[in-house]
Amino acid sequence: MDKKVSAIINKYNGDKGQLVSILQDIQAEYHYLPQKALIQVSETMAIPASRVYDVATFFKAFSLEPRGRHLINVCLGTACHVRGAVRVLEKIERSLATKSGGTTKDRKFTLETVNCMGACALGPVMKIDEEYFGQMSTDKVDHLFNQFE
Amino acid sequence: MLTRLHSRQDLEALRKELVNNRKPDKPRITICSGTGCHAYGCVKATEAFKTGVANQGLGDKVDIKTTGCHGFCEKGPIVAIQPGDIFYQQVKPEDVPEILDETIIRNSIVERLLYTDPTTGRKITHQHEVPFYQKQERIIFGSNGEIDPTSIEDYIAIGGYSALAKALFEMTPEQIIEEVKHSGLRGRGGGGFPAGIKWESCRHAPGDIKYVIVNADEGDPGAYADRSLLEGNPHSVLEGLIIGAYAIGCREGYVYVRHEYPLAVEAIRIAIEQAQQLGLLGDDILGSGFDFHVRITRGGGAFVCGESTALMASLEGKVGEPRAKYVHTVERGLWDSPSNLNNVETWSNVPVIINKGADWYRTLGTDGSKGTKIFSLVGKINNTGLVEVPMGITLREIIYDIGGGIRDGKKFKAVQTGGPSGGCIPESLLDLPVDFDELTKAGSMMGSGGMIVMDETTCMVDIAKYFLTFLEEESCGKCVPCREGVKRMRQILDDITEGKGDEKDIDLLERLSATLIDSSLCALGATAPNPVLTTIRYFKDEYEAHIKEKRCPAGVCKALIHYYIVEEKCPGCGLCVKACPQEAITFMGKKKPVVLDESKCIKCGACYDICKLGDVGKE
Repeated sequence: MDKKVSAIINKYNGDKGQLVSILQDIQAEYHYLPQKALIQVSETMAIPASRVYDVATFFKAFSLEPRGRHLINVCLGTACHVRGAVRVLEKIERSLATKSGGTTKDRKFTLETVNCMGACALGPVMKIDEEYFGQMSTDKVDHLFNQFE
Repeated sequence: MLTRLHSRQDLEALRKELVNNRKPDKPRITICSGTGCHAYGCVKATEAFKTGVANQGLGDKVDIKTTGCHGFCEKGPIVAIQPGDIFYQQVKPEDVPEILDETIIRNSIVERLLYTDPTTGRKITHQHEVPFYQKQERIIFGSNGEIDPTSIEDYIAIGGYSALAKALFEMTPEQIIEEVKHSGLRGRGGGGFPAGIKWESCRHAPGDIKYVIVNADEGDPGAYADRSLLEGNPHSVLEGLIIGAYAIGCREGYVYVRHEYPLAVEAIRIAIEQAQQLGLLGDDILGSGFDFHVRITRGGGAFVCGESTALMASLEGKVGEPRAKYVHTVERGLWDSPSNLNNVETWSNVPVIINKGADWYRTLGTDGSKGTKIFSLVGKINNTGLVEVPMGITLREIIYDIGGGIRDGKKFKAVQTGGPSGGCIPESLLDLPVDFDELTKAGSMMGSGGMIVMDETTCMVDIAKYFLTFLEEESCGKCVPCREGVKRMRQILDDITEGKGDEKDIDLLERLSATLIDSSLCALGATAPNPVLTTIRYFKDEYEAHIKEKRCPAGVCKALIHYYIVEEKCPGCGLCVKACPQEAITFMGKKKPVVLDESKCIKCGACYDICKLGDVGKE
């Protein structure tokens, strides 16, 4: 039994209606949903493992794979799309040698896309961890990644 | 710690005290801290103000306030200084000492931080004179710039919770519902269903336990008005919700908010906590005997959860799949109990209607759509931002008078409203008055207020493909027409953009669209064809250029374009040589044009982006 997972379940009094929130908190703790944690949730809360898996794979916020040290989120909202976000994303995919959804071999970056950050004035915009980078273009990408350890 | 209020008189006494304690002449620096300005680095600017004020010993001479979104995201971080309504834009930490020296101490203006009207070249000192704000009618969104969203005192000082007190002590639930019905308020989340009628059905539905829900799962790409309301004025949403709960007869409510909106989640959490401490929420609200409790649930990032039945399934801890609605959610919704769901903006209209009266509210808007609507005006527009306008204003006024026209002197092509369920509206319809019914007639919809402006460099077939790709990914997969139909339509569009289109494709797209509209389980599938149908309706020539001439007129679809060097202009600087990931460009010596080997080119556009001289062409 993982104590952190138990604590999260207890925080919600094991309320089955709060399954999404519980998984969100586990994800926040581990940056992904470890299989063991999902089994523990299923057993402690008496929810069939199939349903936990159902929810864990339905919502975009969840990942069943471990992630990199830094999370890159490229906005593909409509405003960013019309300002050329796809070209920026393709450049990032080439630079990191990984596709959207993937993690670099050195586990430095995980690359994901998001359908709108609501920072449309800065489009094309991307986020690395909690920091925003606006008015992105293909020529700014490599320089930016070099700043991260 | 806040002291609990036991009656309406307590609330009014607190308000009086707060207003009396305010010194209207004391300078007040308000810094916009919405998500947009956060992204611009407003946190550092705020810190600089705090340090600057401390260093210069101005602590008791000036107040610093961080507020929600002011709307003019294009020019963030935005700083407003009261009294005087001085409006500074794009303020960086290094500008702060000068602002304190000049404006706070010497009472003069820092010219270089003022907004310049691009048409007249005139510097504008006051916020209300900036053209972006002039045509707006900010009855819902206006308070955002005045209050600290984490302070319930700020909200109470500007009249907050007086509508709740009026509703609880002067009106019966039936009277409130009548007032909301008479106001003509329609749901701002997309469907435009009359809010008062929904409330009435839920009130009359049999059942002891009923729920009210705030839908803050704003998922339309390019729309962020709801988030900014929750972030900037969470109490207005909460007040509307409590009034609704009282009118309908609910003791429990939920706020379902996107996980991707951390600032909004925090703002509403604090608001609920403060309202509880003051006795504006919880048991025996203001001594009226009415009990009401609210919980927050964070969404998991599924677009379909903005749909009411999917949202309720998600609230129950299930996957967010919608169900058929032959039984309405106002009769059987969350946990099979009558449930009334409205979106953020709808709820925040309620206190205004109760306070100012339905008759006043009806003076704004058109016959079928009353009040105002907040749009997020984004894309290829000069003034990106949130605009609140009376219903019935024309698209032209929004785009040109408020939005300042198209960026980089390009030509307007279309404006897309209503998110992925909406459509693209062409230039010939720019004088369309914007309301629920007119947008629907044009083949689009109001949706949650996204308004994405496109110029001549946007390919309309690519845009249709973009939305279908989005919807294919977000389709929950429960019903066949949506799951399979959207996928097939996207594949056809893929073919067209790759130069493999067939002349029968347009007809096939239209027939598939008809099937989706008729037979999808929920609105996601039923409205999915809108982006395709409107682009075919208004931009058929672009489809035909792709299909018949294998040409993308906007220069977007990779398979149909090629890059070339404008030889007579290229100075051979070599920037593009370094940028090219394929080593497809060869340096030929200084002052000689570079040479591009098209057989190696992957059309990534790196050379096009880096060439500041416009010497890389694309067609």
